[in-house]
Amino acid sequence: MMRVFAALVRRDLAIAVRVGGAGGLGLVFFLMVVTLIPFALGPDLNLLSRIGPAVLWIAGVLATLIGLDRLFQADEEDGSLDLMRLSPAPLELVVLAKCVAHWLATGLPLALASPLFGLLVALEPAALGRTALSLLIGTPALAFTGAVGAALAASIRRGGLLIAILVVPLMVPVLIFGVAAADPANAGRDQALTILLALTLASGAVAAIGAAAALRGGGQ
Amino acid sequence: MLTRLANPGFFMRVSGLALAPLAAAAALLFALGLYLAFFASPADYQQGETVRIMYIHVPAAWLALFFYSIMAVSALGTLVWRHPLADVSQRAAAPIGAAFTLVCLVTGSLWGKPMWGTYWVWDARLTSVLVLFLMYCGVLALWRAVDDPGRAARAVAVLTLVGAVNIPIVKYSVEWWSTLHQGPSVFRMGGPTIDPSMLRPLLVMALAFTLFGTALHLAGMRTEILRRRVRSLTLLQAERLERAAA
Amino acid sequence: MMETGRHAVFIWSAYGLTCLVAFGLVLRAVLDHRAQTRALARLEAGSGPAGSGPRG
Repeated sequence: MMRVFAALVRRDLAIAVRVGGAGGLGLVFFLMVVTLIPFALGPDLNLLSRIGPAVLWIAGVLATLIGLDRLFQADEEDGSLDLMRLSPAPLELVVLAKCVAHWLATGLPLALASPLFGLLVALEPAALGRTALSLLIGTPALAFTGAVGAALAASIRRGGLLIAILVVPLMVPVLIFGVAAADPANAGRDQALTILLALTLASGAVAAIGAAAALRGGGQ
Repeated sequence: MLTRLANPGFFMRVSGLALAPLAAAAALLFALGLYLAFFASPADYQQGETVRIMYIHVPAAWLALFFYSIMAVSALGTLVWRHPLADVSQRAAAPIGAAFTLVCLVTGSLWGKPMWGTYWVWDARLTSVLVLFLMYCGVLALWRAVDDPGRAARAVAVLTLVGAVNIPIVKYSVEWWSTLHQGPSVFRMGGPTIDPSMLRPLLVMALAFTLFGTALHLAGMRTEILRRRVRSLTLLQAERLERAAA
Repeated sequence: MMETGRHAVFIWSAYGLTCLVAFGLVLRAVLDHRAQTRALARLEAGSGPAGSGPRG
């Protein structure tokens, strides 16, 4: 079981790296969103440092969304998804493995690079650390939630926009608690961090069951 | 196969009989509710005359949730029992629920302008309804995106159920968020202290809305069943034509 | 009674919009039902879609 899981993760990571570095591209996109915000708001450092965690989180949500449409679609097109459906490993495990690989390729680099980008929006050191921590804990939830949408739209051409529409409302709680946990001035930050962790775990379970059901439904 | 077909047939007969009385009852209750709302109930001491907006706003909010629950139950029917009527019920409920959610949002903001001085406040309640509306939009978009009705029903069922798990979480998180940012909501509707002269029109209107919504849902289901029959007959005919051409 | 006061605009537009949406829902239901009934009748009568084309 664990070997199947590890093999799938390794395969998806290898594909992600070879196809032009999903992680690298995601990081560049993340940087671009962070760069855009000061142009829209003006270079007021006080304002930027106040909304900095929110900017990083929004950028994180957008960066998670862009890679989603290929998460299952590529495997659906070349037939490997059919093989996974037929394999003795439960589809839920396959989904989890693909989510983990997706997170390793997009979410994790974001969380690790966020202290660097936080400097651009004038975050204090304490806020830098908390933002990185909240992104580290929260981005898996984004990947899991996104996987449900990706599975639903696996067989739909040009599903990218549709996935965003399906998935963004589901990401609202993660965003709320993520930003709250990132703000060091917030009195409820530790509670928010705990809830964020709970959301990540719960969304993992929901995503495994939901996305697997969606993939089974799409195959018949 | 026969039993599967027999059920929609039975449904068509029963719903055909029930539709007219339901619609008539809804119309009567609407007349009574409107009379109570405008002639037989006082203005609120705090909200003034705008309290009358509540008589449509609250029932619309109730229906928004009611139809999402119908969709969720039907989604279970689709995924667990694979019942064709469940697919049909899901499909018919989505646009009606979305429409009432929109009514709830717009009447809420029309109530907010005189009460709060602005059309939109990021109040916990309004915000949750907005997220609910976005989820309805997603469901409608997914229905449109998938051609085959059976596959579409299964996909939407998964989305609806994931959404149903999400709704309480959204509600809780938005409330948490709003107390963080602006303190508790300005005004509580539906508290235990509501005056009976206002409760009466509210309940009558809620019942009228429910009957109206149910009638619309039944009518939508009937149309949907017809649409499926049309679809399968068209496919059958195309097949026959193809065979004749070969 | 009917003195909706200075907020009359908001109250009437709320009720007006609700009426409009309700009317739209009913109209949609009726028109859609009629269209499907017609299509079904045509198909069951045996002619092709839009009543054209050769029959096998």
